[in-house]
Amino acid sequence: MCRAVDLQRAVLAKNEAAAQILRTELTARGTTVVNLLSSPGSGKTALLERELRLAVERGVSAAALTADLATENDAQRLARSGVPVKQVLTDGLCHLEADMVARHLHDWLPESTRLLFVENVGNLVCPAGYDLGESLRVVLASVTEGEDKPLKYPTAFGLAQLVIVTKTDMAEAAEFDEAAFLHNVQQVNPGVEVVLTSVRDGRGTGALLDRALAAAEGNRVHTPVMAQAGA
Amino acid sequence: MHEMSVAVAVVDQVEAAARSRGAVGVESIRLDVGELAGVVADALAFCFELACAGTVVEGAELITRTVPGTARCEPCAETWAVGMPPKLLCPGCGAAAGELLSGRELQIREVRWADPDPAAVARHRQPITEES
Repeated sequence: MCRAVDLQRAVLAKNEAAAQILRTELTARGTTVVNLLSSPGSGKTALLERELRLAVERGVSAAALTADLATENDAQRLARSGVPVKQVLTDGLCHLEADMVARHLHDWLPESTRLLFVENVGNLVCPAGYDLGESLRVVLASVTEGEDKPLKYPTAFGLAQLVIVTKTDMAEAAEFDEAAFLHNVQQVNPGVEVVLTSVRDGRGTGALLDRALAAAEGNRVHTPVMAQAGA
Repeated sequence: MHEMSVAVAVVDQVEAAARSRGAVGVESIRLDVGELAGVVADALAFCFELACAGTVVEGAELITRTVPGTARCEPCAETWAVGMPPKLLCPGCGAAAGELLSGRELQIREVRWADPDPAAVARHRQPITEES
C-alpha cells in the first residue's frame, strides 16, 4: 500500500533560489556578474587578464573570482592587473554553485565593483547546470578544441549568451574550420553572438569587457532557445 | 560530476516532504530528466545510492524517465524532435526555433511513500482530547 504524490519541484530549485537572491542583491548595488565557462586550457585566464587590464585603463571598477580544484596560480596571474581578485578552491568539486559565490564575496568584494567576472572551474559539463546569479554567461572555446565542441557540449554552448573563440592566431596551424564551428554554434544556440579573439595579436580583445558593460547597462542580452521553459 | 549535487537535491527535497507528512520510508521516486538537461541517468543512479544512505529515502527505487526534446518554429508552425545534440534550427525553413517545448526538465514527478506500520499509525491516531 502506498500513495503517490506529485511534487513537481525543480531539482535544482535551491541553487536557482540562491542565484536569484545573489543577482538581486548585487544588481541593487550596481554589480553585474559575468560567468565564464570553458574547458581547461582554452585560454580563459589569459583573456580575462587582458580584459581586467583594459578595465583598469578605462577606469571601470572590476573584480574577479577564479575557481580551480587546486593552486592559486590563476589568482596570482589575474591580480597583476591591479583589480581585486579572489581564488576559490573547490576541493575537487567540478563546478561553482551560487551559494559558493555568495560565500566568497563576503569581506572581499568592494561595494563599488561594477563588473564581477567569475572564472568557473575549467569544465564544460557540470558548470553548465548552475546559475551563479550572472547577468551574462559566456562560453569560450579555443581553435585547438575542434569545430564540433558546441555539439559535444550542447548544454554549455546552448545556454551561453555570448560565445568567444580564443587563440585565433593559431587557427591555421590547428586547421580550424571557422565556418563549421559557427554553423555548429548556431545549431545549438541560434542567434548567439560569436566573437573571434586572440590575446597574442589583440584581435577581438576588449569584446568581453564591452559586452559585460552593455549587460551592466541593462542592454538586451541574447536569450538562448535552450534557456526557455520545458523545465 | 554534478549528478552528485542533483542526487543530494532530490534526497533533500524528498526527505523534507517525508518529514512533513510523517512518512517512515519511501518506496520509489520518479524523476523526469529532459534530454537537454545535461544529466546522465546512470551517473545519477549511482550518486543517488550514495546520497540516500542513512536517510528516510534509503532503499527507495529511483526511476528516471527521459523526456525528449521538442521545439516549434513560429513562422512555419513545424514541430520537431530536436535530438541530441539538439538541432534548434527549423528543418523546414531554417529559422531559429521559436520555442523549446520540452527537454529541459529536471523534476521529481512522483514519490511513493511507504506506509507506516499499523502500530505506528494507531499510536499516531490517539484521540485528541484537548482540542477546541
